[in-house]
Amino acid sequence: MASSEEDGTVEEKETNNKKRTKSALATAWLTFYNIAMTAGWMVLAMAMMRFYIQKGTHKGLYRSIARTLKFFQTVALVEVGHCAIGIVRTSVIVTGVQVCSRIFMVWFVTNSIRPIQNEESVILFLVVWTMTEITRYSYYTFNLLNHLPYFIKWARYNLFIVLYPVGVVGELLTIYAALPFVRRSGMYSTRLPNIYNVSFDYYYCLIIVMLSYIPLFPQLYFHMLRQRRRVLHGEVIVEKDD
Amino acid sequence: MSSVWCLFSHPKDVGITSAMSRTTFFEVKILDAKTKEQLCFLDKVEPYSTTGDIKILFHKLYPQWYPARQALKLDPKEKSLRDDEVLQNLPVGTSATFYFRDLGPQFGWTMVFLAECVGALLTYLLFYFRVPYIYSHRFISTSSPHPVVTLACACHSFHYGKRLIETIFVHRFSHGTMPLRTIIRNCAYYWGFSAWLAYYINHPLYTPPSYGDLQVHYALVLFAMCEIGNFSIHLTLNNLKGDGSRGRRFPVPTKNPFTWLFYFVSCPNYTYEVGSWVSFSIMTQCLPVALYTSLGFLQMTIWAKGKHRAYSREFKDYPANRTAIIPLVL
Repeated sequence: MASSEEDGTVEEKETNNKKRTKSALATAWLTFYNIAMTAGWMVLAMAMMRFYIQKGTHKGLYRSIARTLKFFQTVALVEVGHCAIGIVRTSVIVTGVQVCSRIFMVWFVTNSIRPIQNEESVILFLVVWTMTEITRYSYYTFNLLNHLPYFIKWARYNLFIVLYPVGVVGELLTIYAALPFVRRSGMYSTRLPNIYNVSFDYYYCLIIVMLSYIPLFPQLYFHMLRQRRRVLHGEVIVEKDD
Repeated sequence: MSSVWCLFSHPKDVGITSAMSRTTFFEVKILDAKTKEQLCFLDKVEPYSTTGDIKILFHKLYPQWYPARQALKLDPKEKSLRDDEVLQNLPVGTSATFYFRDLGPQFGWTMVFLAECVGALLTYLLFYFRVPYIYSHRFISTSSPHPVVTLACACHSFHYGKRLIETIFVHRFSHGTMPLRTIIRNCAYYWGFSAWLAYYINHPLYTPPSYGDLQVHYALVLFAMCEIGNFSIHLTLNNLKGDGSRGRRFPVPTKNPFTWLFYFVSCPNYTYEVGSWVSFSIMTQCLPVALYTSLGFLQMTIWAKGKHRAYSREFKDYPANRTAIIPLVL
């Protein structure tokens, strides 16, 4: 009797340990990930500043940081996975849309359309992204370590009010600058006739992407504003139910 | 029966004959969920009235808000009450307060399906007949030299025509209504894709399938079988609902060979639908059609999995070897 009771408690301890170990593993991974990303974007920030101080111009800045930027922005895809498996409590769709728009900008606009890499608008959104990401990842890191300094919380939920629209302006100006080059080169496009009876015009695709900012940006912006009210002022926001 | 008071109308006293003179009648106050102003006061409401009955009474005072458009809740932040909730079973005293929200114009499912199908059908035809402003000027009202294009138009029109007929004569929709926003979204999806597919298939530069008539004829046979299969399943499901017996049963194969797919899947209607679109893709050899097929497959898989789960949970003797949409696999 005594031994079976013991066995029972040992089993219970094991499942409890498993649960605790699983979330401890998740926490450890997330902490490592967020520290690594904070460091990565800080490296980017410093590389950008160093280039500008040394060369005095923004021309060629993008080329110098291109590889680091592509690496750290692409790795952010992992965050969609985090939401999907549940170790981060955010909507998969919201994260997915944000990460995808970044990947699109980096790989399908600035990386592939060489002539626009020296535009000022590129620097504009790079600066915004760097500031946003450093704040965001350090916020997550400190949160996971349960030592969140108020200024990081303040920064995360206040800086976006200015940074978000400025970043959008930078992105839109960049895409707009890219349009004539895309049209002239016919890149990523295919015309009829072909055996799959499909056509795709990257030029019009980019225009549609620009137009899609109109409905999407306000939604994401007001989502952040609502979160800000909830986190900073403890207001209870009544969501619209359908 | 109850007497109904409203802020802006005279109280109407209706004579009440109740055998149970000792019944405690309820008082019901209806407030606007946002402004909290009192819209209506009902006294002498029968305790066994349902939310649906109250909605009917409310509709009498506010004719523009028919019952399908009303959402009544016990608390502005909570979910809406179901129409069959009985008043005395709710956590209120004898004096109940409901919060009202206008759900906007509502449309019955029949109307929604009709709008989707008619729109998709007509949109395709616009492209088939090469209406002005779509293709280059010299192609207005011409027809394609390829017979497969006419065949594709016939198949597409047959598919949506069959859906129209099923909507009118076969389907019995269990849900009530849908809000305007959903209809606009659904119609945009069906009409938009119909236009996109039709644009390529009826284009002057359309390229017929690589394997020629062989490919087209095989695809046509597959298409016909899937359409018949889909129709058979809809008939079977309809007979299931209309049997009159109170007990719920899950669908089983009948003498019709097309229903034998029920041995393998829970939702063969979706299986056949995917089959129709796959065969249409092969028939036209058009990538946009294949893309549309994939999207439809994704959506139908989600629906089929939900239905499969619901069946498995509700019926203890549900066949274990059935999958949701693809035999043996999905």
